[in-house]
Amino acid sequence: MNPLPAAAFLLTAAETGGERAVEAYRDGGILAAGAWLIPLVPMVLAFAIALFGKRSPLKGWGMAVFSMGFVAVYATALFFANLGDGILHVGSVQVADVGTTRFGQLSVEWGWMVDGLSIMMYLVVGVVGLLVFIYSKGYMEGDIRYTWFFATFTLFGGGMLVLASAPNLIQLIVGWEIVGVASYLLIGHYWEQHENSSAGIKAFLTNKVADVGLFVGVIIVTMSVGSFRFTDIMDAVAAGTGNRLATFGFWAGLGLFIGAMGKSAQFPLHVWLPDAMAGPTPVSALMHAATMVTAGVYLLGRMFPFYIAEGFGDEVRGVIIVIGALTLFLTGLVALVQDDIKKVLAYSTLSQLGYMTVAMGAGAYTAALFHLFTHAFFKALLFLAAGSVIHAVHSNNMSDMGGLRRFMPATYRTFLIGSLALAGIFPLAGFWSKDEILASLRYAGSAESGFSSVQGGAGLASFVLVVAVAGAFVTALYMARAVFLTFFGAYKGDGQPHESPTVMVYPLVGLATGAALVGGLNMAGLTRIFTDTVGVQYFAGFHALEHHADSLNLGLAAIGTLAALAGIALGYRLWFGDAATQQERDSFHVPLLYPLLRHKYFLDDIYMDGVIRPIRGPLARAVDWFNGHVIDLVINGAGFAARGLGKLVYGFDQRGVDAAINASAAVTSGTGGVLRLLQTGRVQQYAVLIFAGTVLLVAGLIVF
Amino acid sequence: MLINQFLLLGAAMFSLGVYGVLSRRNAVLVLLSVELMLAAVNINLVTFDIALGDALAGGQIFALFVIAIAAAEVGIGLAIVLLIYRNRHSANVDELDLMKL
Repeated sequence: MNPLPAAAFLLTAAETGGERAVEAYRDGGILAAGAWLIPLVPMVLAFAIALFGKRSPLKGWGMAVFSMGFVAVYATALFFANLGDGILHVGSVQVADVGTTRFGQLSVEWGWMVDGLSIMMYLVVGVVGLLVFIYSKGYMEGDIRYTWFFATFTLFGGGMLVLASAPNLIQLIVGWEIVGVASYLLIGHYWEQHENSSAGIKAFLTNKVADVGLFVGVIIVTMSVGSFRFTDIMDAVAAGTGNRLATFGFWAGLGLFIGAMGKSAQFPLHVWLPDAMAGPTPVSALMHAATMVTAGVYLLGRMFPFYIAEGFGDEVRGVIIVIGALTLFLTGLVALVQDDIKKVLAYSTLSQLGYMTVAMGAGAYTAALFHLFTHAFFKALLFLAAGSVIHAVHSNNMSDMGGLRRFMPATYRTFLIGSLALAGIFPLAGFWSKDEILASLRYAGSAESGFSSVQGGAGLASFVLVVAVAGAFVTALYMARAVFLTFFGAYKGDGQPHESPTVMVYPLVGLATGAALVGGLNMAGLTRIFTDTVGVQYFAGFHALEHHADSLNLGLAAIGTLAALAGIALGYRLWFGDAATQQERDSFHVPLLYPLLRHKYFLDDIYMDGVIRPIRGPLARAVDWFNGHVIDLVINGAGFAARGLGKLVYGFDQRGVDAAINASAAVTSGTGGVLRLLQTGRVQQYAVLIFAGTVLLVAGLIVF
Repeated sequence: MLINQFLLLGAAMFSLGVYGVLSRRNAVLVLLSVELMLAAVNINLVTFDIALGDALAGGQIFALFVIAIAAAEVGIGLAIVLLIYRNRHSANVDELDLMKL
């Protein structure tokens, strides 16, 4: 960080009276004030679908589509309202008052934030979610848990909106965990097969490991600032170094980043994401595009000033950029050897998330979020197109596909558009967003950037730039492989594949349009709509903090495009052609590298043998011992005591209670036996008794 | 006026009646003994009425009631005895032990 921008935002903070470091933004009026509906409608409808979906005419699909349609329309309205001056609206309702603690006046609030960043997320979740939901009707037709699928799917989207609308860390965690739970349910949707439910558990547990980091980060931040609110945290950052937040900045930043690593699947916590392919394809599409994996990048974006401003979390930037670079390159290579088409796309997502993380680390807020935005469109498109192919071929494996462009032309064309966008070919969306990231890395490596002062970051950034360009080459290579193996050559599967129903094709066309055109929002040097609207608006002088290239660096763009074209060319050479040899050429037997990639760097084995088994074995034994010796002892003791008590009670019952009852019966019967003799039926005898009684009574009366 | 002789007469008649009721086997004689007891009571009632000089002569009136009811009772009683005799060819009280059922 060079001192100039820091001084600039301090100045702005002083101008606004120091009370709130806010620039001039519009409040947004009733549109922003009612934005609490955005997370609420899907959340409520998710439960409504679960409760009443089965009886509704569309079996829950209608309600699910309505919820996402509502969000999409609302977000579009907000997007247009946000043009120009921009909206900043923070609404909140107090849920609980923690009271005055030694860290400050804490209160738990439910709120909704309307600013560029959250509007962007609403738009992505709403639009992509809507198209994916529509598509799901065709894909999930006839599923045994059709309604339940839409209930959890809506919950998934709703959780992401809760997260995106959070104006404080507590609500962020709530949304974060709703997304986690919903993803667990959706990945394990076909739980009848053991590996699918294990994949769900793996996703959940990996995220839980990362969540420890998130919680530590949130606790440190809250203790330092004395508030959960993002606005208060940003005020603390704007107030400059010297406060507690600056003292613990590194650890807070690291904790939050570890949390982001889990949700955004950064190396080495990425292992859950490829396995998450066990869920239905629409789930993968939404998970990889709009919800879940974007959460980590979103969190980094929310906390961006904290990470970039000098003296706070800026020391974590080195970690972020290294993790991002590792993710983008290593996982991209793994995509080259996958046979499952969804896994190719999954590793591709990991690689693209690496790009976003790298951009965040390099201080390119807009570039990272713009890539998130464009990626959401083309990755959702690719997954849905892959789903369409799987729907037709009934197999996930590319070795069962081939030549499909003749059978499914619409799927082929849209998949091709998505692949080209992902590879970063001019003028599709991916080109513009990837180019921005490369430009930002180049800037971070240059002397005028503040990053050079952070842990000698200039050299690092320049190196990562090279990695990113290599990543672009790898991206183009594996997408070329996917396209050639799936759509070219001869068909290798069984049966006659057919084009998917229109309810599946139209969302593909919609997303393909998006994948082609959304780059227009932020063409470097031409348009800057995205840059202007998506800033962290409650942080004064925000745009001074982040670097944004104002013009297209032709040289860099050429290098990036050349890398992509080279990847496609190599892919063409390796995999284009007839079916007979396609299979053999697929396993390009590079010694050492190929087995390493096939086994995904042995990470799963390391986790299994190095972490899970050593813990699981002794833990299981310890639990077994505890069960056998302690719990059984308690239970046996309780059983023994119960038996003794039972005996005692039985004895009392037999000898005490029964004796009393028998005795009373015997007395009654004996008395009856005696009295029976009196009842002779002879009137005169009765009369004698009556008379004797009378005499006795009268005698008694006289005597006493 | 001395009332002892009347009271003694009443007591004697009542005792005779009780004895008759308790010891006679023939139902007709039992009924007869009951009449004897009622007559003894009547003597007592009239005696105390005279001795106490009741202005309303309650004792005598009450004695008249007893006589009237006794007549009715004998009527019903004899009818019952007659029916029992017709059914069982005996008016022996000892044999009538159906009340123990």
